[in-house]
Amino acid sequence: MRNLVKLGAIAAAAMATAGAVSAGTLDKVREAGELACGVSEGVPGFSNPNSDGDWVGLDADFCRAVAAAVLGDASKVRYVPLASKQKVLAVSSGQVDMTSRTTTWTMKRDSAEGVDFTAVVYYDGQGFMVKSDAGITSAKEMDGATVCVTTGTTTELNLADYGRANNLTLEPVVFEGKREAVDAYASGRCDALTTDMSQLAAFRSGFADPSAHTILPEVISKEPLAPLVAHGDNQWKDIVTWVIYGIIAAEELGVTQANVADMAATSTDPNIQRMLGSTGDTGGFIGLESTWMFDAISAVGNYGEIYDRNLTATLGLERGINAQWKDGGVLYAMPIR
Amino acid sequence: MPMTKTRAKSGFALGNIGSMASQGVVLAVVLGFVYLLFTNTQENLALRGIESGFTFLDKEAGLPIGDSLIAYTPMRSYGYAFLVGILNTLFVSVLAIILSTILGVFVGVARVSHNWLLAKVAAVYVETLRNLPLLLTLFFIYTVVLAALPHPRDAIQLVEGVYLSKRGFYLPRPLAEPGFWSFLIAALIAFALGLAFWRWAALYKLRTGKTLPGFWGGLGIFIVLTALAYLITGRPVGSELPVYAGFNFKGGLAMKPEFASLLIGLVLYTAAYIGENVRSGIQSVEAGQIEAANALGVSNAVVTRKVLLPQALRVTIPATTNDYASLVKNSSLAVAIGYPDMVSIGGTIIGQNGQAVEIIAMWMAVYLTINLIISLGMNTLNARVQHAER
Repeated sequence: MRNLVKLGAIAAAAMATAGAVSAGTLDKVREAGELACGVSEGVPGFSNPNSDGDWVGLDADFCRAVAAAVLGDASKVRYVPLASKQKVLAVSSGQVDMTSRTTTWTMKRDSAEGVDFTAVVYYDGQGFMVKSDAGITSAKEMDGATVCVTTGTTTELNLADYGRANNLTLEPVVFEGKREAVDAYASGRCDALTTDMSQLAAFRSGFADPSAHTILPEVISKEPLAPLVAHGDNQWKDIVTWVIYGIIAAEELGVTQANVADMAATSTDPNIQRMLGSTGDTGGFIGLESTWMFDAISAVGNYGEIYDRNLTATLGLERGINAQWKDGGVLYAMPIR
Repeated sequence: MPMTKTRAKSGFALGNIGSMASQGVVLAVVLGFVYLLFTNTQENLALRGIESGFTFLDKEAGLPIGDSLIAYTPMRSYGYAFLVGILNTLFVSVLAIILSTILGVFVGVARVSHNWLLAKVAAVYVETLRNLPLLLTLFFIYTVVLAALPHPRDAIQLVEGVYLSKRGFYLPRPLAEPGFWSFLIAALIAFALGLAFWRWAALYKLRTGKTLPGFWGGLGIFIVLTALAYLITGRPVGSELPVYAGFNFKGGLAMKPEFASLLIGLVLYTAAYIGENVRSGIQSVEAGQIEAANALGVSNAVVTRKVLLPQALRVTIPATTNDYASLVKNSSLAVAIGYPDMVSIGGTIIGQNGQAVEIIAMWMAVYLTINLIISLGMNTLNARVQHAER
């Protein structure tokens, strides 16, 4: 009900605000002195409030990186928790300046829903988790199973597609929130829980006995997760996109949160000099200070550090395909020059 | 005694041009505002590159629905998926209205009962349910009460083919076999005969003053004739038993826990309000009438049925209309416990399509239609009982 009211409010905002798109998100953020960043309602490792009430996680760190690059202060972020079905609408209506909340890059969203995707921050895929004592080892053995799933996501569609493609009768129980879906799975209402692999790992780590749950090997979909900005503000899209590339490139170039000051002062690598603003003015290309990446890396570190801090240390997730291209992964930052 | 109806004077009296002009201006401003809002929305949607219009309703939905009254596959269209949602909303609302009315009348009567225990139990029930948010009640029923049931493999078997588990309540599904239609027609005729006997008994009593057991006689006629027809047509109703296989029960009729929670929650919550309406209705009937009936030696049951309730319901109906409308709107809380009602399915469509304005408009149109129909029906009913003015 509360979400319904929120959704109504966002839709009303979409009706009432005229021509906000061309107003320039960069000016708006600078004027407000803060970045309104849409995050999830709580996914461990990605965006989740910690015991002090601060948002932490890979997605939250990208909010902070953008705030640091734009405003020079990573703490100037206003986190706006959004349910799955609100995330696209909140961006297209201008309620938030960007989202960084495990949103899958799809053609329909990118082209027909008033939003643009920036750059992929995590390559995920959908899978299933089942109780270990069910004794199944493959998703193909799940004919007749009841599956808990969250509404408003590509997950829901992939589940239906997978059942159709493999001739499995899967009975969905669709929940509004992730928490409700996980609880229903844990209580035995469903035989399986389906969502992105990374989140399955996150939720499994939260159970009293993680070994009682098995994540099945099948990855049934591609889920490239990328931050969203409103369609039509190219400068703002460039800013968010290049901050992400910068964070990924920093790992490739060996720039870390700890050594960034040294690197800026002493590095002789022209790629590092350009990125950190020691030579040239890459920040000027997108309307920011020349120290944009220096500020961002000082605040959150490079991609590898963000990953280790949020996903490896707490959830035990391997890098997998989210490794640098040189290490056999698919992370490939465009050249900053 | 007939009541003289007086009508409030209409504001549109001739000769009051100024008033008409000012009302015209207000109307024009309102319409202008609506028009502005509409065109502004259209412009904004186009500016942001968001599709608008209802053409998406024909496109393939692709979304799974767990509980549907009509055959559904993800290959069907968005429009059809939304229809599944409307039917689910209607189904749970209609059932909840019927059950909450029955329970509500019972609770209301119990509230004013001379039986101390019954009255107190009813009072505690009403105060508890009315003062808890419905969402909390729903969560409690769903996550505490129903989740405590066993896994399907250890399901509680009530009788052959009837199982209770945390995946739902399973019943045998009746199947029509050859001869079913003749049996159905025979059963309908038996029902009509039973009804006719009941009516005849009532008329006979009016004519002669002698009491015949009209209701029980009619029921007997219906049951005996139907049973005969069932045997003659060769037992044409088979059944498909639910069988546990693999993960879940297969076959049979299933009542899912999401539906059951929503239904139970709505019924318990609304019945508390209806109970209060009934209580206030009963207390509005003058005590003198009851005493008079008692003095004539009429039994308590007949006093309740023939004197009390007909008058009490007149007071009860208008307030209950509101509660029915609230019930229909409250059914949207289904989304919290995973029942695929109209709001849940519409929300999914928004998530996949981004066309929130259209879906919200459709939600509004459906709720408005349902509630206007309820209002119309209840007002008609109210007008009918008002004729019997004391």
